[in-house]
Amino acid sequence: MEHIVIIGNGISGITAARHIRKRSNHKITVISGESDHFFSRTALMYVYMGHMKWDHLKPYEDWFWEKNRIELKKAWVEKIDFAKKKLRFSSGGPLEYDKLIVATGSIYNKFGWEGEDLEGVQGLVSMQDLIELEENTLHTRKAVIIGGGLIGVELAEMLRTRNIDVTFLIREKAFWHNVLPIQDAEMISNHIKSHGVDLRHNTELEKIIPDENGRVKAMMIKSGETIDCQLVGLCAGVRPNVDFLKDSQLEIDKGILVDQYLQTNIPDVFAIGDCAQQRELIGQRKPVEAVWYTGRMMGETIAATLTGNKMRYNPGNWFNSAKFFDIEYQTYGWVWATPKKNEQHFHWQHESGLKGITIAFNTENKTFLGINTFGIRMRHDVFDLWLTENKKIDYVLTNLKKANFDPEFYDHHEKEIFRSFKNNMQEA
Amino acid sequence: MSRIEHNMALTGDAPASISVKQKIAVTIGMLGFIILILALTNINFPSKTLFLSLALGMMAVGTIWFANEAYLGKHEGIKNDGVWFKSMTARGVLAWITGIGLTLFYIIIYWFPQYLGLNAEGDNTGVISLFDPLSQILNGGAASQWFVYGTLYTLAILIFGYKFILKYRHNRYEIIRTCSVMFFQLGFAFIIPEILVRLNEPYYDFKNIWPLNYDLFAGYRLNEFFSSGNLGVFMLILGVVSIFIITPFLTYKYGKRWYCSWVCGCGGLAETAGDPYRHLSDKSLFAWKVERWVIHSVLVFVTVMTIAVVYSFLGENSADFWLTKDIFLWGMAGFLTLLFALIMIFKREQLAKDAKIGAVSYLVVILAIIGINYFSGNGNIFFFGGDQLRQWYGFLIGAAFSGVIGVGFYPIFGNRVWCRFGCPMAAILGMQQRLFSKFRITTNGGQCISCGNCSTYCEMGIDVRAYAQKGENIVRSSCVGCGICSAVCPRGVLKLENDSPSGRINSEEVLLGNDVDLMDLLNQKSH
Repeated sequence: MEHIVIIGNGISGITAARHIRKRSNHKITVISGESDHFFSRTALMYVYMGHMKWDHLKPYEDWFWEKNRIELKKAWVEKIDFAKKKLRFSSGGPLEYDKLIVATGSIYNKFGWEGEDLEGVQGLVSMQDLIELEENTLHTRKAVIIGGGLIGVELAEMLRTRNIDVTFLIREKAFWHNVLPIQDAEMISNHIKSHGVDLRHNTELEKIIPDENGRVKAMMIKSGETIDCQLVGLCAGVRPNVDFLKDSQLEIDKGILVDQYLQTNIPDVFAIGDCAQQRELIGQRKPVEAVWYTGRMMGETIAATLTGNKMRYNPGNWFNSAKFFDIEYQTYGWVWATPKKNEQHFHWQHESGLKGITIAFNTENKTFLGINTFGIRMRHDVFDLWLTENKKIDYVLTNLKKANFDPEFYDHHEKEIFRSFKNNMQEA
Repeated sequence: MSRIEHNMALTGDAPASISVKQKIAVTIGMLGFIILILALTNINFPSKTLFLSLALGMMAVGTIWFANEAYLGKHEGIKNDGVWFKSMTARGVLAWITGIGLTLFYIIIYWFPQYLGLNAEGDNTGVISLFDPLSQILNGGAASQWFVYGTLYTLAILIFGYKFILKYRHNRYEIIRTCSVMFFQLGFAFIIPEILVRLNEPYYDFKNIWPLNYDLFAGYRLNEFFSSGNLGVFMLILGVVSIFIITPFLTYKYGKRWYCSWVCGCGGLAETAGDPYRHLSDKSLFAWKVERWVIHSVLVFVTVMTIAVVYSFLGENSADFWLTKDIFLWGMAGFLTLLFALIMIFKREQLAKDAKIGAVSYLVVILAIIGINYFSGNGNIFFFGGDQLRQWYGFLIGAAFSGVIGVGFYPIFGNRVWCRFGCPMAAILGMQQRLFSKFRITTNGGQCISCGNCSTYCEMGIDVRAYAQKGENIVRSSCVGCGICSAVCPRGVLKLENDSPSGRINSEEVLLGNDVDLMDLLNQKSH
């Protein structure tokens, strides 16, 4: 029986712990300074909006951990002595491990902006960030959000539920256009604006201006315009939370470098989830993926490896999802913001501006490469199969109805989509 | 995190605030309600018709205007902002006042109708007399406390149904489902039975199926049916066919939702007036255990009670009528044993835990039936007569559980307490749904982010997320198919489906997104 210690109780660490327990009798300790129990980070917004209470974020009841002999330790790890296999904490005695899994997740980016450490300037990743946001928005009538990604749009939605004026600054010419093709990005931009958000494209932060108490009172954009605000949301992406390991023997680039077995350069030390960086690229994936699903997959993989079934981290076809105010988004396969060589996009949008799809396909052999779908739910297993089997675009469009996952009695648009494809794409 | 400071308007609006127009709408609705309260004090309104219309009309207008203000002119989509901040929906003072008020109302209507103005002799007074004009129009007689109750109940389903439709107007499943419960309440539960009374036929709500309609086979009802000619016999036959043929068939095809969230009156009120309280249900594993024991106990209770009342209704002599006490009793014992045996033979793998409960329940029923024969021989069971047992059932389950606790406690325990813990009809439909149905809630591969919206807003207290995050379909006997988990899911993970029964329960935990080769998977399994 080994002592497996996991730093971080997010989706990666907890998935690893659960699967190790399922498959073995090892002693398991999960360490977190953030929260007593595992919670769904992606749902923090719903607590602020009053949809749920904190307890609802916890996928397992509190008795679950003891029953499954997963020890929980609430502490911040300060230093790791890899030679002696020992963890030191900001308070309390040390802890020894046989195997160590680092799953410390992400923290939000700061790019050295003037005023980025002022009071009232914050991001939204952790439980502490949420508490800080409650306190900060007690005095907020107007907020500015920097950075057009998934957390930015969530923060905008959150603040709007409290009728706080939101100015949303994004660098691109449309929302999340570094990921979404332009028509998709523009559709979401329009939707965000329709929710009363002052969305400003092609705009960047110059500096944040304090009042006499060291609190934000305004901010200046690159054009020189200043905007009064009592809150600045820093939502320009996240980065691996590995600063506390910077001066150790652990090899770190952006994140902790791992091989395809999630093994770091130090024996018996592994890294999973947002804080891990793949040494070798996997398919077209980025080396660091701060995504719920990949964290969960890595947790499952490392659990297999540590319980006697060495398993390569081998994520299948890419998929992801999000929700932008009222528009749900799912993606399967790769749809790049601008088509790569030999790629083409087919875009269809519903007249409401609330539904749309973009399909990427290969112009040479017509293979289906991926789909973005907005406001129409699609089946994961169906698209996964179609991607694996390299189906052609014609096949996908002919059979699109099979992939539909909308609730009963919803309007279907497959015929319209098919017609649009025939009219606009065929023989183009 | 204090909420008080939000009301100091330092920030944008407090999330729980309502607009000026909504305040006026609430006032109008309350004025209508106050007319009813004034009627209680025996104020002699100049025209009952006018003031009754005013009372009901103002409550309707107030609610409709409030709903319009809340939802129209806003984006279509999920509208749960501030649910846990509002006093009314987060067990605050308003919730307790409403809960206590409703509870008192139920206590009075069940046990002290004289306070509402029901007079054993002579004309109605008080609030009941206010409803006389409407009662005259519908059934030709004076109102009773049940007529008042039925009218208010129907009104609540209609006006809060309207509100619900606006709230979920982006979701056609919810719209159609709500139109259905509004239709069945207004037509089947309210108008048709009153008209039957006017035509001197037995009062009958055609969609109120035994055992929810626990009185259906009571002696006085059977006498009523038999003395009403063909229509009465038809009603009785329909009652039997409903539970033994129609119900299993529809539940097989569509799950129990065809009844619980599309037709049933209790479900209708829960889904409309009760909708703001759906998140208050207890999701703990403990609550689920309690639920299974309590609801199946009620089912046993109603089965024994019904057998006892029919037994005492029947005669001893086969020359009078072929169905005698003995034939009926042994027939029921045989039927229940057969049902039990079939479930155990064909479905036992599916029910490790549920089977034990089912087994115990049926064993108790069967023993009780045989007990009637041996220990009393005069229609008594546990030394009570069948009719006395029925009265106890009516008091404990029919009134105290379904009314006082079931509806009175909406704002505290959620809107489906009765349906989840008490309703014997739901228990039967639940067994059928769990074992013999095409219905399930499909989980969409690996897309779940464990956010918890589905579990939070499940009125039946099902921890939907526990299944969804594992990629498992949800096949639970208590699910009434309201569709809200699917609606509130931000990632499009859940879908209510009727599909082939094979592969319905995919209890194997799947790897959600990892590409594993089959050898790996086999190796894993062998560990």
